[in-house]
Amino acid sequence: MTLDPDTLLAIIAMAAATVLTRIAGLLVIRFVAIGPQQKRALEAIPPAVLMAVIAPTALVTGLAETLATVATALAAMRLPLLAAVAIGVLVVAIARALIGA
Amino acid sequence: MSPLTVAVMPIGLVFGAVAASKGLSSLEATLMSALVFAGGSQFVAMDIWTHPASWGALAFSALLVNIRHVLMSASLGTKMPAFSGPAKYAAMLLLADEIWAMAEVRAGQARLTPAWYAGLAVPFYCVWVLSSVAGAAAGALLGDPRAIGLDFAFPAVFTVLVMGFWKGRDTGAVLFSSAAAAVFAHQFLPGVWYIAAGAAAGVAATLLTSRRQEVCA
Repeated sequence: MTLDPDTLLAIIAMAAATVLTRIAGLLVIRFVAIGPQQKRALEAIPPAVLMAVIAPTALVTGLAETLATVATALAAMRLPLLAAVAIGVLVVAIARALIGA
Repeated sequence: MSPLTVAVMPIGLVFGAVAASKGLSSLEATLMSALVFAGGSQFVAMDIWTHPASWGALAFSALLVNIRHVLMSASLGTKMPAFSGPAKYAAMLLLADEIWAMAEVRAGQARLTPAWYAGLAVPFYCVWVLSSVAGAAAGALLGDPRAIGLDFAFPAVFTVLVMGFWKGRDTGAVLFSSAAAAVFAHQFLPGVWYIAAGAAAGVAATLLTSRRQEVCA
């Protein structure tokens, strides 16, 4: 059970940033009207951020990772989250073993 | 216990295991789940984790990933007349995608009360934290995550979440722009700027497609 000071600082900084986003909406509706254009922009942020996070792994890391990302995406259309994730993990492990990465 | 609370359990387990594989102690993984309580940003944090931890980069990425909370709390905030001022803010501290979705549905059917909201959010929070603890303890025993592909668990979680946001061609434009900008920035810029680049490109894409539709209409 260790607690690294840099890690603690990072966790508190993340928590502060997240709390800010959670209460900001209450402040926003007191002072600003959110129109359709602003709503569209805010709605696009989560998928755009998630896509940005996975893009380097999915596209430019290796064939095993690309294959596993495709397999996970296809599985996600039919299966619940944990099953799709398990398939992705399985595919990446097998592909790495076969390719020798 | 709602089905929602059962569904969060495996995600918490995976988070704990991945955190352990990144070198976080069980205490650190638990603290993160308890204080941040936002799965997406916690997985992103594990993806970009360094030793020593870089608090600026991590806070910035948490801000980007969780910026959707602003819209969620703005929307839900208009449906909480039964809440006192402080209760409204307290409720928002436990805001999560799933809680928000359930509360929006509830608000459409009945009056949203603090007791109903607490009955949903508090067990959800407790299960998230406890499953993170369990995952961290189990993960420490698993050894090298690459050998069994566990390092791919969070890219896989994100892939599933991205698929959940799919709402047709407009989403395609957002995802394509984001991916292209992120890969480009990842090659040429240090740190987590690729996440900001992807977010900006995705937002630009959605604003451009909506403008085009207005011109056509």
